[in-house]
Amino acid sequence: MAYRWKNTLTHADITPKAAYLNRRQILAGAAGLGAIGLVPRAADAQAGLEPNTLEEIRSYNNFYEFGTGKGDPAANAHQLVTAPWSIKVDGMVDRPGDYALGDLLAGLTVEDRIYRFRCVEAWSMVIPWNGIELADILNKVGVQSGARYVAFETVVQPENMIGVQRRVLDFPYVEGLRLDEAMHPLTIMATGIYGEPIANQNGAPIRLVVPWKYGFKSIKSIVRITLTDQEPPISWNIANAREYGFYSNVNPNVDHPRWSQASERRIGGGLFAARQDTLMFNGYPEVAPLYDGMDLSVFI
Amino acid sequence: MTLSATVNGALRNVRAWPLYGIAATYAAWEFWRAVNQQGPYLVEPINVLERTYGEIALILLVAGLLVTPLRQWTGVNLIKFRRAIGLCAFFFVLAHFLVFAVLDVQSLGRVWTETVKRPYVTVGMLAFVLLIPLAVTSNNLSIRKMGAAAWRQLHKLSYVAVILGALHYLWLSRGFQVEPLVYLVLSIGLVALRYRHVAWRKQAA
Repeated sequence: MAYRWKNTLTHADITPKAAYLNRRQILAGAAGLGAIGLVPRAADAQAGLEPNTLEEIRSYNNFYEFGTGKGDPAANAHQLVTAPWSIKVDGMVDRPGDYALGDLLAGLTVEDRIYRFRCVEAWSMVIPWNGIELADILNKVGVQSGARYVAFETVVQPENMIGVQRRVLDFPYVEGLRLDEAMHPLTIMATGIYGEPIANQNGAPIRLVVPWKYGFKSIKSIVRITLTDQEPPISWNIANAREYGFYSNVNPNVDHPRWSQASERRIGGGLFAARQDTLMFNGYPEVAPLYDGMDLSVFI
Repeated sequence: MTLSATVNGALRNVRAWPLYGIAATYAAWEFWRAVNQQGPYLVEPINVLERTYGEIALILLVAGLLVTPLRQWTGVNLIKFRRAIGLCAFFFVLAHFLVFAVLDVQSLGRVWTETVKRPYVTVGMLAFVLLIPLAVTSNNLSIRKMGAAAWRQLHKLSYVAVILGALHYLWLSRGFQVEPLVYLVLSIGLVALRYRHVAWRKQAA
């Protein structure tokens, strides 16, 4: 089932490690030489998809278990214990159980997926993930015919997670997808970024990535996957139902009460970066058929 | 000699005007760091600069409210610094607004729609507007022209502005966050203290 979705980008578009690690230094040095145009920046200019640097991806995060500041997760997430890691798979599955992470993923294909990542707060990045199609994992545990939704849960390690102690949200963080969304080829469980194990602040050791939905749907550091026939509760909806719906598809035509969703700011452009238009489904129109007949201004 | 007398004595020869220079230098320094994406400005300088200016403004507004109770409780008299504190607060609010308008939403049309559509922006903008007449009249000439009583009455708008500013911060925060709550409790508390004090004085008289 792997390779059901093709990047328009290829492996060559992933920035060489030396460049993504210190693009800023290279640029600074190059600017000094007046040779900025000569700096190798692997990118797909046509698609406008130049992956953010690993430094950017790792230092600007929302992971409220580690604090509400954007830099807090990078500062505090080293306390997260990620090994050993097991995932409880339960509900309407043929083979429920507590799976060691390695066992759950054994034999499945890890792919490179360069995706846009759009936060509900109207900023965005481009992230070169390494991950496994969620469908492959679900097929491995055997989804029963009555199941219609997938629920996910983030780990809670209160002694290691400062935000959990402060009760910023009603932890554990929970999320969910409709089964057809979960089985869509775009939906992956990421275990790496730029070919390196995913950093704790990015959701180690395994997280969901649903590129056509706002970032908070892509739940991090998952310890439980439950198949169910009921729409599962999701954390931000519990915290503020008026602002966060179950679907939370990226949609420039439906404003969030706090942020206009018509445009966004791509991280990495500096202090004078221009805003850019937000794309319907974050630029993944192939998911539109999932919502045929649904009024997306109602099902937010 | 009491501690307050010592502090007041030490401050006798300290002028208020360097505060303006310190504030301007600090604002410029933060801007420079944002341009060069240093420290906290590494990844997303616009949002961080917007927050930095906003939070400094809020701190200074609360500090302005602290001057009177500090004198009443401890005898330490910082009244000669209060105008500078208030004006610097306004300058940071202005800088906060300019980052929002020019660097963040990037168009006057968006400033307007954001102000109209988002209650937390509405509240923040209202606080900004309320502070404008206060900044304009923060000089001796205005006090003379208006008369001390009318001037003092006008400047009670700062009470409203601080509370709105804290509300603005609380409202834009996602989830349950302690820091904005602290500002809101502080500002409401400090304003309430003044009215309780007034009521107490009336009772006594």
